[in-house]
Amino acid sequence: MSEQPLLRVDQLVTEFDTDEGTVRALDGVSFDVSPGKTVGIVGESGCGKSVTALSIMRLLPQPMGRIAGGNIRFRGQDLATLTFAEMAHIRGNHIGMVFQEPMTALNPVHTIGKQLVEGLRLHKNLSLEEAVKQGVDILDRVGIPSPDIRMSEYPHQLSGGMRQRVVIAIALACRPALLIADEPTTALDVTIQAQILELIKDLQKEMGMAVMLITHDLGVIAETCEDVVVMYAGKVAEQGSVYDIFDRPAHPYTRGLLQSIPRLDTQPKSRLSVIEGMVPGLRDLPAGCRFENRCPLASEECRQKPPAEEVIADGHRVSCYHRVSV
Amino acid sequence: MTPLLEVNDLKMHFPVREGIFNRSRYFNRAVDGVSLHINPGETLGLVGESGCGKSTLGRCIVRLYQPTGGSISFDGSDITHLRPGALRPLRQNIQMIFQDPMESLNSRHTVGEILEEPLLVQGLGKGPERAARVRELLNIVGLPARSVSRYPFEFSGGQRQRIGIARAIALNPRLIVCDEPVSALDVSIQSQVLNLMVDLQKEFNLAYLFIAHDLAVVKHVSDRIAIMYLGRIVETAESETLYKEARHPYTRSLISAIPIPDPHRNVEREILTGDVPSPIAPPAGCHFHPRCPRAEERCKVEYPSLELVGEAHRSACHLNNQLGASADSTG
Ligand SMILES: Nc1ncnc2c1ncn2[C@@H]1O[C@H](COP(=O)(O)OP(=O)(O)OP(=O)(O)O)[C@@H](O)[C@H]1O
Ligand SMILES: Nc1ncnc2c1ncn2[C@@H]1O[C@H](COP(=O)(O)OP(=O)(O)OP(=O)(O)O)[C@@H](O)[C@H]1O
Ligand code: SF4
Ligand SMILES: [Mg+2]
Ligand SMILES: [Mg+2]
Repeated sequence: MSEQPLLRVDQLVTEFDTDEGTVRALDGVSFDVSPGKTVGIVGESGCGKSVTALSIMRLLPQPMGRIAGGNIRFRGQDLATLTFAEMAHIRGNHIGMVFQEPMTALNPVHTIGKQLVEGLRLHKNLSLEEAVKQGVDILDRVGIPSPDIRMSEYPHQLSGGMRQRVVIAIALACRPALLIADEPTTALDVTIQAQILELIKDLQKEMGMAVMLITHDLGVIAETCEDVVVMYAGKVAEQGSVYDIFDRPAHPYTRGLLQSIPRLDTQPKSRLSVIEGMVPGLRDLPAGCRFENRCPLASEECRQKPPAEEVIADGHRVSCYHRVSV
Repeated sequence: MTPLLEVNDLKMHFPVREGIFNRSRYFNRAVDGVSLHINPGETLGLVGESGCGKSTLGRCIVRLYQPTGGSISFDGSDITHLRPGALRPLRQNIQMIFQDPMESLNSRHTVGEILEEPLLVQGLGKGPERAARVRELLNIVGLPARSVSRYPFEFSGGQRQRIGIARAIALNPRLIVCDEPVSALDVSIQSQVLNLMVDLQKEFNLAYLFIAHDLAVVKHVSDRIAIMYLGRIVETAESETLYKEARHPYTRSLISAIPIPDPHRNVEREILTGDVPSPIAPPAGCHFHPRCPRAEERCKVEYPSLELVGEAHRSACHLNNQLGASADSTG
């Protein structure tokens, strides 16, 4: 990761005001996305993956959510401090996003064409005619049959897989330098998932864009990502190249996660290893390491103070007092 | 061995209502001629894409639905046409677990009440005995005894699924239809629940119909697997055989589409084009033919029947004999 990153998230802190006080959903999250590379963000439900994406896009729910610390440098510019208008220019134009819920990402009362053409006209200053032409092109490119007819259809007329293609088409219409995809295939069947992931890979090669792929599926991570960020309860537990994470996992959480997935070649009905217990809630986070209550290696030290992130090899960073060396 | 459950040519055609007369001219053939069996203590995995009819099949078996054709027999007796009033003894033997336990657990009842309910309905035991059984059930599924007075929303997803499992085993059933029991859970929690289910099966000689779309999970828990496509079973075999020697082109694509958590594996996969067609107007001939990479002319007109292609291995494809068992579908 020595080259200049396209995106550098540095010590990001994101908070929400709730009825029962302020909760800190992200607590010092740092990672880089290099140009043209795919970074996977993985972790269990509630660990802060979507909040990370929404913070970068400056789309945190208002007025409850806010960036309370750190910065988000995109091509050197701190997105955390941009005005709404400046950010609107970056969004869609330089950074595209595919949201976790494909249906909420599409406006049910507008045609596919209208939603596709809007962004192109706004950001690229195209004539209607030119925008329509490019819209049809991109629909065709994401594998939608008869794209010119589809332009005048509404989201509910499409299948789940087709909708997700449309969402991707909209995110990519302006050829952004970075695509943030939040669980783009989770709601889809495996055969359709394979189509969509292949599509993202192809378009990435063609356009040279970087991708930040959020998923909880370690199989998807292994097959599509160069770098991986493993999150746990609002912090980064471990990050590194996909080989660091799969071949030399150093954090007990990463190791536990990798060992607990059933694989096609494991003995049927054999015992799967488990990570005992469950993730602490944001309101009762432990004082020390957040994984402490489930960690097989936890010691007194772990309960006292959160471990700092250490670089254990080029690009491979771990936050653990008892990291495993391989 | 006589099978515990035997399903023959089962059909569940839902009427699709339309027009001002509310007459149904079309049917959603959610389950369209399924035959299968499950032996005591065995797990049959059922895999297929969204909408192919897995849940509908499961619901017919527990007789939440009245099938529109075919037959179901349990332990040798025909249960296809049992009237709702006559279903009570069946409930003792066949239970169901759902994907989202929150939907199936009454949120206004405490866990104690939820677990006691099946005992009450069956008129089993006196108050103290039932209370003891509830404590025992909590203990079996690994929940603390104090959970009795708590409500479902106070528990995490994995814990709620344990409550759903405890309720399902309350009456010592012999078969549990498990509809996506771990699909909503994180991997670290999923493995806890899968281990529990395997342990319970061994301890109580339970049979499972295990429905899921994650083939790796299904393969982990199943003795045999049935692959479903648009209301029909297209292939069935022992788990290991199915994974290593899949015959049907659909099974092969399904296996090849599974993302493998190993970055060193470079899979050349066969990516299926197109979406799953609607069960209201399924394609003629082999339902899979519009997406099948090997389809020939006759596939478009003639439906292939499920034929024996190896020991306890059946596949419904016209090219069964040309698609050799030796070809490793996973590349
Ligand atoms: N609007 C909000 N108000 C309060 N808390 C919030 C809000 N949005 C998110 N959170 C909290 O922030 C934490 C991180 O949520 P986030 O949506 O990022 O999780 P995630 O990693 O994307 O999970 P999933 O895999 O389920 O999508 C959670 O504990 C969540 O409850
Ligand atoms: N009660 C019902 N009335 C009418 N149609 C139904 C009913 N239940 C299911 N269907 C239809 O039957 C078909 C099969 O649905 P089913 O829920 O069995 O699929 P599934 O394989 O369980 O899918 P998923 O993986 O999404 O849970 C679908 O087309 C569905 O819309
Ligand atoms: S019968 Fe024909 S269409 Fe159907 S799966 Fe076999 S080869 Fe394909
Ligand atoms: Mg999320
Ligand atoms: Mg279902």
